[in-house]
Amino acid sequence: MKRAIGYCLAYLASVFLLSGCNLVVFNPKGQIATDERDLIILATGLMLLVVVPVIVLMFVFAYRYRATNKKARYSPRWASSHKIEAVVWGVPLLIIIALGWVTWKTTHALDPYRPLDSDTPPINVQVVATDWKWLFIYPDLGIASVNELALPVHTPVSFTVTSDAAMTSFFIPALGGQIYAMAGMQTKLHLIANETGEFRGIAANYNGPGFSDMHFATLSLSPADFQAWVAKVKGAAAPLDQARYAQLAKPTIRHPVTYYSTVQERLFLDIVDKYEGMNKARKPQRNQTQSNGAESNGTGTRTDQHPSLLAEEQ
Amino acid sequence: MFGKLSWDAIPTTEPIVMYTLAFIGLIGAAIVGTITWKRKWGYLWREWFTSVDHKKIGCMYIIVALVMLLRGFSDAIMMRTQQAMAASGGPGYLPPEHYDQIFTAHGVIMIFFVAMPFVVGLMNVVVPLQIGARDVAYPFLNALSFWLFVAGAALVNVSLGIGEFARTGWVAYPPLSGLAYSPGVGVDYYIWSLQISGIGTLLTGLNFFVTILKMRTEGMTLFKMPVFTWNALCTSVLILASFPILTATLLMLSLDRYLGMHFFTNEAGGNPMMYVNLIWAWGHPEVYILILPAFGVFSEIAATFSSKRLFGYVSLVWATIAITVLSFIVWLHHFFTMGAGANVNAFFGIMTMIIAVPTGVKIFTWLFTMYRGRVRFETPMLWTLGFIVTFSIGGMTGVLLAVPGADFLLHNSLFLIAHFHNVIIGGAVFGYMAGLTYWFPKAFGFRLNDKLGRIAFWCWLIGFYFAFMPSYVLGFMGMTRRLNHFDNPEWRPWLLLEVLGVLIILCGVVSQALQLFVSIRNRHRYRDLSGDPWDGRTLEWATSSPPPLYNFAEQPKVSDLDAYWGMKERGVSTLSHTDYRSIHMPRNTASGLVISLFALICSFALVWHIWWLAAFGLVASVVAFVVRSYDEDTDYFVPAEEVARIETARLKDLAEA
Amino acid sequence: MSNIVIEKDVAHTQEHGHEDAGSLSVFGFWIYLMTDCILFATLFAGYAVLRDSVAGGPSSVDIFELPYVLAETMLLLLSSITYGYAMLAMNRDQQSQVLRWLGLTFVLGAGFIAMEINEFHHLIAEGYGPDRSAFLTAFFTLVGTHGAHVLTGLIWMAVLMVQIRQKGLTNTNATRLSCLSLFWHFLDVVWICVFTVVYLLGVV
Repeated sequence: MKRAIGYCLAYLASVFLLSGCNLVVFNPKGQIATDERDLIILATGLMLLVVVPVIVLMFVFAYRYRATNKKARYSPRWASSHKIEAVVWGVPLLIIIALGWVTWKTTHALDPYRPLDSDTPPINVQVVATDWKWLFIYPDLGIASVNELALPVHTPVSFTVTSDAAMTSFFIPALGGQIYAMAGMQTKLHLIANETGEFRGIAANYNGPGFSDMHFATLSLSPADFQAWVAKVKGAAAPLDQARYAQLAKPTIRHPVTYYSTVQERLFLDIVDKYEGMNKARKPQRNQTQSNGAESNGTGTRTDQHPSLLAEEQ
Repeated sequence: MFGKLSWDAIPTTEPIVMYTLAFIGLIGAAIVGTITWKRKWGYLWREWFTSVDHKKIGCMYIIVALVMLLRGFSDAIMMRTQQAMAASGGPGYLPPEHYDQIFTAHGVIMIFFVAMPFVVGLMNVVVPLQIGARDVAYPFLNALSFWLFVAGAALVNVSLGIGEFARTGWVAYPPLSGLAYSPGVGVDYYIWSLQISGIGTLLTGLNFFVTILKMRTEGMTLFKMPVFTWNALCTSVLILASFPILTATLLMLSLDRYLGMHFFTNEAGGNPMMYVNLIWAWGHPEVYILILPAFGVFSEIAATFSSKRLFGYVSLVWATIAITVLSFIVWLHHFFTMGAGANVNAFFGIMTMIIAVPTGVKIFTWLFTMYRGRVRFETPMLWTLGFIVTFSIGGMTGVLLAVPGADFLLHNSLFLIAHFHNVIIGGAVFGYMAGLTYWFPKAFGFRLNDKLGRIAFWCWLIGFYFAFMPSYVLGFMGMTRRLNHFDNPEWRPWLLLEVLGVLIILCGVVSQALQLFVSIRNRHRYRDLSGDPWDGRTLEWATSSPPPLYNFAEQPKVSDLDAYWGMKERGVSTLSHTDYRSIHMPRNTASGLVISLFALICSFALVWHIWWLAAFGLVASVVAFVVRSYDEDTDYFVPAEEVARIETARLKDLAEA
Repeated sequence: MSNIVIEKDVAHTQEHGHEDAGSLSVFGFWIYLMTDCILFATLFAGYAVLRDSVAGGPSSVDIFELPYVLAETMLLLLSSITYGYAMLAMNRDQQSQVLRWLGLTFVLGAGFIAMEINEFHHLIAEGYGPDRSAFLTAFFTLVGTHGAHVLTGLIWMAVLMVQIRQKGLTNTNATRLSCLSLFWHFLDVVWICVFTVVYLLGVV
């Protein structure tokens, strides 16, 4: 019996030690993720400065002043001490001031909207979350892929993220933090991979029955491999146009990896623009208000109304 | 005729649901049968269902909370086993459409129908006694609040057997919760159950705000109030300021769903981000509504069981007020990842951290209350000590999540789940359990079985650590919340550990059920005649257990903090009167129950689009309210002889004790 | 107004556990109004966020007719004055005067509601219903919620008039009159905000 328990413990210990190596957060593959991990460690360390004494004091006080210990001093009326109160307000305050300063600094440094400093020019990727798959459009290369994201290593990546369905969150834990994907909205995220390899990307905000299967492979490739991947995608049969996109956007679960050799121009902006969302329309003239059809999908007239979107397009 | 309702609404194809329904039906039939057999319906109706007595209403709140805890906990067990089974790529035993309802129901039930009624129940039982009052400011309103809450709870339970519950997560973010992505009745059940119980909660907040401000006994200035009452006051302020936001937000969501409006839709200019802001503008204060009363409980217990005055009362009160105010300017930390600018994120992150200061002060206050005291390790004190350790860890992870840079990695992960269970179980629930053990003798006149109480505590404590420490690790391993199945075998050992933790907590819950059963059966053995079993310090211990319906024959006069302890020190008795006077009390009424019943009918009809029935329910509840307004016979006088009789019996009991 | 109730209730206060039932009710009602204030604040915030999201539909300039709304506003403001006279009559204990002024208040309030319903009907008939755009959604909800409150006030007023006729100006009825008075004036204040934020700022 004892031996069985011993085996069990040994098994559990080895399992946990082995799997301990796979703490994604503590095993980052990108600069942003590394910085964020260091921040977690720093903040935790700062807080332990007060949390550890609290826990130790609790055991010490509870033991020393137990009712059965008649030797300990008992002062039932003692209820305030300016010195102690100064310490209990002061110490947490100091720690929070320190942590607040760290927070202010790092929030700006790690702002997902801030382009990364690098000599290499960034690569742009437009990300569309639909029910329940991820579409990646490479506007500079004119290609697109579904549920597979390839990135050249050591190159900053500038993601522009939207959704064509419910809200979710675009997250590659090994490379760094996440950003929400919302219909009618464009959010930004900047990441960089420091190593080659395959990392898991996920939808990190529940968005319906297909949520659990809405993940994708992130391939961090050497420049040569990346070029090969691009060539492979360009060799794919299908172009991505409005009609194909409409087909693709229909709810599916576990959609296979798919490549598109070309992408219709401005497809991403059309997807964003389909919803009024936060893109506040100019106040229309009185006579225009009657025709509801005007805002449906004619791309030419739409962009006139939304100069801000053109600026996003680079 | 019956809107969307048809026989298909009963999930006959789901064996798990059908077994559950059969089980609930059996238990329900057994309870009804027993009551009928013992001929207790009349007693229940006269003494409980129509009661406006704050003590009885408080007890009923807690009973409902405990029953709903069983349901919420069953959901938890199902989720844990599903994830453990589906960890290696298999589908598990719960398909997404069922599993998604379970995690939504778990969150909704635990927050709205377990934690909230527990808070309100404790406030009901304790606050009027602590301030030396005879009842709350508006006794009828109190009964109405309770029955509205029951109507909300009933609606959630109806959704189990008729139709479905929401599959959106407990805050029901649109557009997922909008008509386009959730066309079923689940979200409607969600909306209306929260709406009616939320109105009940709002009325409770109003009642206790006025009660505490206006009904305190002579001499009890604000800064002589017991700390639990202070926390109840701040909780009431939070309810008053935050629940209208929930009401308005749910109203907007229902207009989207019922009238095709565009508050939160993707189309036609709707703005789902507004919902996210509004729901957390309510949701974050809500978190403090849950935890502040628990802080109050711990303050009372720490002083009582250290046989010593509470350290730093004034600091503690100001810390509570600071938390109350700050809780309204931190809501954005629930969505740093929505793309707000760095300045905004940093501001809300730092505001959130500042809350850690008054919270830290509170923890030190309890520590220094033990310092130079005589600490008795009774069960309520064990919960308090367990809380201090557990909550410190949970607070730390909370501050970590408040750093936006860290949150980008940990948001929505199991780390977050671990954090809020750490503070809600290790903070709020431990507090409620401590309060339950502490005040049970006051409410019922006998103690709970001590041994089973201790077993329950250790099971909850150890089980909690097994169930949620692995979640922190899983969060670091990149596991996100609400997954139905996944193909990462590395997560499995940790998920199995969590199942072990849940089983240990289950032992705790079973011991608590046993504890109640054993204690009630042996109530004569556990009888407490003194009214003051723990050597208490505040006024609730000055009266008998259970207190007479008027609480105090003569309202006590207060000159200091720890009023009752001072009286005991000075040898002043609260009972030495001979000239009892008649006492003015509110009369029982069924109006609250009737109005809420019609509100329930109206909500159910709205869920299923049965418009004529909804109109009937609405009109009937208004008419019931008007009928109530005609009732002039709402109060009466307890005659002096009756008071004298009760008080004499009490003196006899005291002599025996 | 609340001090009146307190005076009236002094006689009622003997050795009660519930002292000053009347003033306690009025105080509690004040607190309730504050929560209602937050409810309206939320709806105002929603309107502020969505007012430009017209989704190709009409914007506020296109649909608001200020003179009409001004007439509506005047009805409601007048009804507040007439309610004030009802309260003055209550202080003098003149039951028939109270009923007369309340009756007038009721008519003015009903007129306000009728005009509002007419405005809504007009808009919906033109195809500018609340489902047309987020702006219209927020507009209908904000104004409609105020209207629902006024309607509740009217029902309350009708019930109260019957009760005063049956039982006279009892303490209970006096308290209720005071609470309804607070409610009615509160709705006036909210309407002033609606008029300014929605209508006036909507057409400039």
